[in-house]
Amino acid sequence: MSQLDLARLQFAMTSIYHFLFVPVTIGLGFLTALLQTGWHRTGRPELLQLTRFFGTLLVIGIAVGVVTGLVQEFQFGMDWSAYSRTVGDVFGAPLAMEGLAAFFLESTFLGLWLFGWDRLPPRVHLATIWLVAVGGALSAAFIMAANSWMQHPVGYTVDPATGRPQLNDVWKLFTNPVFLRGYLHVILASLVTGALVMLAVSAWQLRKGSAPLAFHATARLALVVLVPVILAAMLVGSELGVTEGKYQPMKIAGAEAQWDTCQPCSFSLFQISGGKNDMTPTQIIAVPHLLSLLATNHWNGQVLGLNAVQAQYEQQYGPGNYIPNIFIQYWSMRVMAYLAVVVLLIGLWGLWLLWRKRLSGAHRFHRVAVWAVVLPFLMNTAGWLLTENGRQPWIVQGLQLTADGVSPSVSTATVATSLVVFLLLYAALAVVALVLLTRYARKELPPPPAADTPIPALTY
Amino acid sequence: MALATFWFIVTAALWTGFFVLEGFDLGVGMLHTFVSREEPGRRAAINTIGPLWDGNEVWLIVAAAAMFAAFPAWYATMFSGFYPALILLLVGLIVRGVSFEFRGKSDSPRWIRTWDALLTTGSLLVPLLIGIALGDLLHGVPIDQSQEFTGGLGDLFSGYAVFAGITLVLLCLLHGATFITLKTTGEVHDRALWLARRIAPFTILAVLVFQPWTHSVAGGGVLPDVLELVTMLAALAAGWLLAERHEGWAFVATTVVIGTTILSFFADLYPRLMVSSTNPAFDLTVHNSASGAYALKVMSVVAIVFFPLVLAYQGWTYHVFRLRISAEQFDVPEAGRD
Repeated sequence: MSQLDLARLQFAMTSIYHFLFVPVTIGLGFLTALLQTGWHRTGRPELLQLTRFFGTLLVIGIAVGVVTGLVQEFQFGMDWSAYSRTVGDVFGAPLAMEGLAAFFLESTFLGLWLFGWDRLPPRVHLATIWLVAVGGALSAAFIMAANSWMQHPVGYTVDPATGRPQLNDVWKLFTNPVFLRGYLHVILASLVTGALVMLAVSAWQLRKGSAPLAFHATARLALVVLVPVILAAMLVGSELGVTEGKYQPMKIAGAEAQWDTCQPCSFSLFQISGGKNDMTPTQIIAVPHLLSLLATNHWNGQVLGLNAVQAQYEQQYGPGNYIPNIFIQYWSMRVMAYLAVVVLLIGLWGLWLLWRKRLSGAHRFHRVAVWAVVLPFLMNTAGWLLTENGRQPWIVQGLQLTADGVSPSVSTATVATSLVVFLLLYAALAVVALVLLTRYARKELPPPPAADTPIPALTY
Repeated sequence: MALATFWFIVTAALWTGFFVLEGFDLGVGMLHTFVSREEPGRRAAINTIGPLWDGNEVWLIVAAAAMFAAFPAWYATMFSGFYPALILLLVGLIVRGVSFEFRGKSDSPRWIRTWDALLTTGSLLVPLLIGIALGDLLHGVPIDQSQEFTGGLGDLFSGYAVFAGITLVLLCLLHGATFITLKTTGEVHDRALWLARRIAPFTILAVLVFQPWTHSVAGGGVLPDVLELVTMLAALAAGWLLAERHEGWAFVATTVVIGTTILSFFADLYPRLMVSSTNPAFDLTVHNSASGAYALKVMSVVAIVFFPLVLAYQGWTYHVFRLRISAEQFDVPEAGRD
């Protein structure tokens, strides 16, 4: 493998890993804040216990999320120095803003929340968990603005002297249509993740029969959040697809393995072959008009085929292969979408049980809900594969090729070594984090603190 | 390009803030097993920085992001050139960051010993490697006409750069030991003070050598300037204040020492960002590596709005957690752990 392949593999591996933890912390952050708000309003002791119970899971997630985020920031300079040198003027700004405006907020108030239980007035302490949640969501906004610029660059001019893009309208970075939909999609996906984690833990605890009243409350909270949020995530995701189809037609045509332009276009539930060497796949169950609807919002919309876009790009950018990996595009899109339907069905099943007041004793549902915890992670990963693989071969759509972004001064051996180091380290971290998370998720609720003593801080 | 100079100052301020704040966190990380033989004492030491270290580490993240945004070429050349060292730095930061969270999550002595060792090693690697990297910026590494690093791993370990790393480790050790002294009571406090007084002579010696050496590497001769003189005097003062048991003032002194060491280093570096040992004409400077005027202006507005805010709420955090901590608070193994 070349330096380019290894650098891409390293970035993909570390990003996917980082994003296993990010949505948990954003989603669970808001849910924990809701629990503490509930306790603050009602004074019900089990809500305090639950806040601290889920807060501990949140903090384990944040610990891994933060340290793996560092690797992402450093990698732009280490592996992608030609990219950083070229686009730092535009791309660096949202990253610097993220640190100043969001990450300081999240990290500082996390310390205050953990250690401030016995030091801060209850109302102020409640505000700190909300600031942690808001800081995390704000952080994601800046990162998504930077990422969206790679999908659809806006707000810049090319400096004629250096040929490099220069920022000329920062507002455009935050009104980028890809950003607006992409960011909302990420926040909704994070809430889905947080809700499913909370649902799985609650279901496990209900099955075990410990503190049934308390964990019924969190199962209900998770379900009430989950159903509207997964629906919204699907709708926004489909809007995002339309937007990306406009600016990155390869991404959408690739997701359907659509080699020839079609109008109206059907959507295949499954298909066999359809790669570069066999452009006429065997579609299994084709839903008429559905692709037109998904990609253009019109019943009879036209979807440009891969061949047509390729011809257009060759004229525009010169000879080359502008088609992303179709297998990844086609299947990542389907894994994401199909699992979303599964999650929606689980959510509706849970709501129905809740309505019939049978949630506490529904053992079959509990078993399914526990295993459903893997679904959001598969969906999140598939979603990122879809959007990032669909951008290839560009590192910034239309501006710079990924192959032109790697560091010229770094050897293949160096990247290979670093990849091995991170693989080993991340594997060890995953084992430890997983063991700890499951151990803490299976713990019994700690006894409520006596009414007349101060609530102890969560110390190290 | 007044804005580029302003962003050089911002970057210098961020690195200074990082070492002033995270400096004692790193020191505590290196020393937490030395201030007590028992678990309650070690937990007391770690919990002096418990609510603070995460917020302090953000200074590093923002410093790197500021370099990326304001001086993309600096960020690109430095981070790709120092690749192997940065891998090791990241490993140090990762194991250190998670060990705070993980070490208390089981009562098994082997588990705790493992994370103690990782916390200590990580806390040592971070100032050592950042010190070497900063030293390299001023000492110079092979950089060609197109601003690309052309050297190998060996070019990163000049005598000056290695000494810069050692100096930063010693600075963090003294700063951390003084911090534990200031923030604890009882046996932990006494041992931390004892340690601080033993570390002080080494730190003072390192500073007395490092400051003139930096001045001379920068091309200004061995005679230190005012800022460097302040560092050297503050180091001597810290040693004296520790001997006299003026703990609060001693911490003020170590803060001044570590802060002015970084500030004077960047003052010596200016207007260069990264010296080329190949040819002075290939130096990366504030003038040939900065982002455009518009990007710098936007970020200046963001910095001017948010910096005071960050300082305000971080300052408030220090006020909230101003009380001293004792080992007795952690006598019960499960105290405060859910």
